[in-house]
Amino acid sequence: MSGKTSSFGWLLLLAMLAVFPLLSPGAFAYDLAIRCMINAVIVIGLNLLFGYTGQISLGHAGFVGLGAYMSAILTARFGWSPVFALLAGAFTTALLAFVIARPILALKGHHLAMATLGLGIIITIILNNEMEYTGGSDGMSVPAFSVGYWTLSGDRGWYLLLSVCLVATVIGTLNLVSSPAGRALQAIHGSEIAARVAGIDVTGIKVKIFVLSAVIASVMGSLEAHYLEFITPETAGFGRSITLMTMVVVGGMSSVGGSIVGAVLLTLLPQALTALEGGETIAFGLILVITMIFLPNGLIPTIRDRFARQRP
Amino acid sequence: MNAIVAKGLTKRFGGVAAVDDLSFTVPQGAVYAIIGPNGAGKTTVINLLSGLYVPTSGEIALLDRSAAGRSPEELARCGLSRTFQNIQVCMNMDALSNVMIGAHVHLDPGFAAAALRLPRIRKADAELRARAAELMSFVGLSSQIKSRASQMSYGGLKRLEIARALAADPKVLLLDEPAAGLNHTETDAMSDLIAQIAERGVTVVLVEHDMKLVMSVSHRILVLNYGRKLAEGSPADVRADRDVIAAYLGVPA
Repeated sequence: MSGKTSSFGWLLLLAMLAVFPLLSPGAFAYDLAIRCMINAVIVIGLNLLFGYTGQISLGHAGFVGLGAYMSAILTARFGWSPVFALLAGAFTTALLAFVIARPILALKGHHLAMATLGLGIIITIILNNEMEYTGGSDGMSVPAFSVGYWTLSGDRGWYLLLSVCLVATVIGTLNLVSSPAGRALQAIHGSEIAARVAGIDVTGIKVKIFVLSAVIASVMGSLEAHYLEFITPETAGFGRSITLMTMVVVGGMSSVGGSIVGAVLLTLLPQALTALEGGETIAFGLILVITMIFLPNGLIPTIRDRFARQRP
Repeated sequence: MNAIVAKGLTKRFGGVAAVDDLSFTVPQGAVYAIIGPNGAGKTTVINLLSGLYVPTSGEIALLDRSAAGRSPEELARCGLSRTFQNIQVCMNMDALSNVMIGAHVHLDPGFAAAALRLPRIRKADAELRARAAELMSFVGLSSQIKSRASQMSYGGLKRLEIARALAADPKVLLLDEPAAGLNHTETDAMSDLIAQIAERGVTVVLVEHDMKLVMSVSHRILVLNYGRKLAEGSPADVRADRDVIAAYLGVPA
């Protein structure tokens, strides 16, 4: 990403985050904005793994679910403080991701897709079956997010918290991808052999980025559980995993801006299409197919390349 | 000190011995060419030397340290660098970043320091960016410093791979068919480039089919046939060797 486009994207993001509350939006608009931001952070994490490093994950919602249910169960059933529950969820997810990363990431292409798909499905099955803790497919309610005696409530509070999460993730990710570690990720995507010969610890870095990506998903899952105050295994479901992947692809692989645009678009689109009454699934699919045919690199990279060609 | 010493090097794929009990020594600072007919085992030797293959038996010493069976990552840290016959350029990156990848062993690969953009990371990257641009100019790609790898020509990519390999500041550079697919002018330029790299004090091991390039640039030549050493010596010796002529042209009936 060239300096000009990235600083333009920056200004746009900050301006939109700042202006939105000034438009005195209703509860519905706030809710949509918050969902968009939660997805955007998860998708940036997934893009690091899939877009930048080229490792597919079809079970990423599993990690979101893991974080969400760890938070839900530890706070609702065991009375933990939400912050500690969130950290415990992140730690558990990190551990799980670390343990399975080596065998899973040794797989390539379709095999990796199958393995991560299986992982996501296993997590969903566990969430559905451990009724005693998770409430099964009926879901469970989750206490509000609180730190000590202070409870986070209201749309504005959540909006602010997630704005901070989003901006921090964007800064961290942009820094990461333009560093030696970030170039190593992209080199693994480009040519694993070239990466190894250049002295890059391919397996080690794949494991690290898988864990990082999973932990981001887990933390956002925890926040989502406290925000919605009710979760079902759908949080971790296969459909969610596919939606997250679609957000990466539509917005743009290897693009932080693309991740945000993809997340916002695919969070809002189903809402916008409800007017079609029953036709929304078809319209949704159609829009995706058309995007992939005409913008195979995703929205943001395609637009960026057009600009770059006009002003060399 | 020798750059590379191979002793009894053997690599079998199933029943086939691609490299069979091969011994050779590459003196430091030399341009050392490995030639031979198709299937002679040249690329296998390069893959063994760079750690992509583990030898079935035999020993390799890289700069007096045992190297057989060590991973490419470890060997890169010991000062070994290489290019590929079938180009391995990261097409998802721009040209300059590809070169910067080459210097990975000299940089801090940590995620946390990178995400926080610590000053030392920023400084090292700025210096590297300048050096990578210099290396691109050195290999003759000064006009393409801002290109994306996917926009570059085949000849350009071959040079880009060399710039990437040089970014590691290698002591030993393995070039696998640097002139394959290049036209006459490009091959001559490649020949000059290899000579300039050797002048910098880098030991070059070269696998190549273009005899004009090999004869003009090499100090010593190793001739392989069916995985075995057929001849070794100076370009003049090799050119006059009966076995070599027989292997390349066939024996008169």
